[in-house]
Amino acid sequence: MLQDTSSPAVSSAAISVEKLNVYYGSNLAVRDVYLDIPRNQIAAFIGPSGCGKSTVLRCFNRMNDLIASARVEGTIRFEGMDIYPTGEAAKNFDPVELRRRIGMVFQKPNPFPKSIYENIAWGARINGYRGDMDELVERSLRGAAIWDEVKDKLKESGLALSGGQQQRLCIARAIAIEPEVILMDEPCAALDPISTLKIEELMAQLKEKFTIVIVTHNMQQASRVSDRTAFYNAEATDAGGKVGYLVEYDDTEVIFGNPKEEYTRDYVSGRFG
Amino acid sequence: MLPAAAIEDIRGKGFISCRSPPILNRKLLLLQLLMSAETPSSKNVHLWQANYESAKTLETIIRVLCGFFAVISIATTAGIIGTLIFETIEFFQEVPLWQFLTDTRWTPLFASKQFGIFVLMSATLLTSTIAILVAVPLGLLSAIFLSEYASTTMRKTLKPLLEVLAGIPSVVFGYFALLTVTPFLQEIFDFVRTPIPIPAWLDFLPFTQYYEPDFFLELPFPYLEGFNALSAGLVLGISITPLVASLSEDAIYSVPQGLRDGAYALGATKRETILAVVIPAALSGIVASIILAISRAVGETMIVTLAAGQNPNLGFNPFVPVMTMTAYIVQVSLGDTAVGTLPYKTIFAVGMTLFLMTLTLNIFSFWFVRRFRERYE
Repeated sequence: MLQDTSSPAVSSAAISVEKLNVYYGSNLAVRDVYLDIPRNQIAAFIGPSGCGKSTVLRCFNRMNDLIASARVEGTIRFEGMDIYPTGEAAKNFDPVELRRRIGMVFQKPNPFPKSIYENIAWGARINGYRGDMDELVERSLRGAAIWDEVKDKLKESGLALSGGQQQRLCIARAIAIEPEVILMDEPCAALDPISTLKIEELMAQLKEKFTIVIVTHNMQQASRVSDRTAFYNAEATDAGGKVGYLVEYDDTEVIFGNPKEEYTRDYVSGRFG
Repeated sequence: MLPAAAIEDIRGKGFISCRSPPILNRKLLLLQLLMSAETPSSKNVHLWQANYESAKTLETIIRVLCGFFAVISIATTAGIIGTLIFETIEFFQEVPLWQFLTDTRWTPLFASKQFGIFVLMSATLLTSTIAILVAVPLGLLSAIFLSEYASTTMRKTLKPLLEVLAGIPSVVFGYFALLTVTPFLQEIFDFVRTPIPIPAWLDFLPFTQYYEPDFFLELPFPYLEGFNALSAGLVLGISITPLVASLSEDAIYSVPQGLRDGAYALGATKRETILAVVIPAALSGIVASIILAISRAVGETMIVTLAAGQNPNLGFNPFVPVMTMTAYIVQVSLGDTAVGTLPYKTIFAVGMTLFLMTLTLNIFSFWFVRRFRERYE
């Protein structure tokens, strides 16, 4: 079947990135990233520290806007929509609306200092949810595989939960507002292996409804959970800094089995990084 | 391209294990080195002559010195509280407690003595309430602006400036209240009270008939006296604003960025994030700063002594002179009251009341902070 590649709206990519450069102040942090995140799949970003994988991830929901010095060049399309518009379109573009459609889970569990129930309900409420709130809270908590553990203490503080439970609460909070994409920035970095396993199992279920992009330091995790893997690396610049770039992006089997680039092979086989 | 089985194999084992053999070797090498070296005997003992005895002595001296000064500060506090308690007991041997609590006048220096502490307390409560009504909105909003909206450079400039306000001597604030704020307020009050001439063509309005003879409308607005609780309270509020602002700002600023990120990632606006996430997370610190400010307002002496007057009036009229507890203590301390007399003992009773009020506030603050502090790793 012929596909009209000129129109991004009909492509199978939820997010497509073209020639992305990110600067912090005058320092180039990541350069020349091109990639497509396919819908309803899990894409993993791996690479050594400082290679810009989190930076790229945080471009997808414009979290970098919160860092005053950050500047983005290039095009990122989310379902065909340019999320870094220029000129007149930039004034009408609202990152708040984008973040409603692209949820995020952070490295450190960050539940709000509210009850477990309110942690879920607050996001829905500010986004104007008019349905049955109790039902939404239960559905989200079930979706994040934490309902059975918290159903009797919904009024207790979210901070009273264990680290792994807090992280699943944060995932529940993210899926409660029914986003299309969930970005996960090293979601298991602060968790023990059992909690990590639970989150990984959860991701496999979430894939059916959401597109997931995960940044991870754990290569085994990337190979276990993801469909596509992007390997980033950092290289020294003339100015003495480091700039990250995308080395290779392919199906996870290819990246871990038979990568095209020497760097990737060295990294996934543990020779550096 | 590796076969699928091989990939499964790789997945199962993990790649990190490839790194362990060299590390293991290095550890072994280090171990061998440590075991073979004859460390103690090879040292040149003449070059290493630590004087352990004098080090121990010095250690003891430092410990005793630090302990001594620590005891001095504790002993001073204990002495003050002891004196307060002792003199207060003496006072209550002459004046029954129920009289202290139920009298409606405060006239210990007159012939007909009355000891209604609520007269002084009402004045203190009045000035403190006005002060808090000024300081909390001002301080809290500037704290939110400084930590959430201001740029880093602005914050670094404005916060020290705000803290300069805290360094102004309270006597200056007192004179500012008496000589600047009160005349300014009096002008406003006088202006509002100025009768408004009613033009003849407004005669059809119903209310004008009441003013028929002279056609003037006069608003029933109070007269502001030269000494009053209002301007004292307002300036007192300004003087404690830096305290609220600075401490609240610290509390708000120390809310982890991750919490804000979490809210923004859900599609929250800045206002929603601040109101629903940042402020609740910083609540214990904010409340602690407000309670500390109340304590300061209750105990503040100079501003209220200078600007609020010396008239013990029971009630909460902010436009007339009042006498706060601290102002009374100043009045008696500066006067020619003889030691051991009843008026002399009253200042200890008043001081004790003041101390109990601030102590209650501080205990409440301590409890509140412990109860509501959010713990983040």
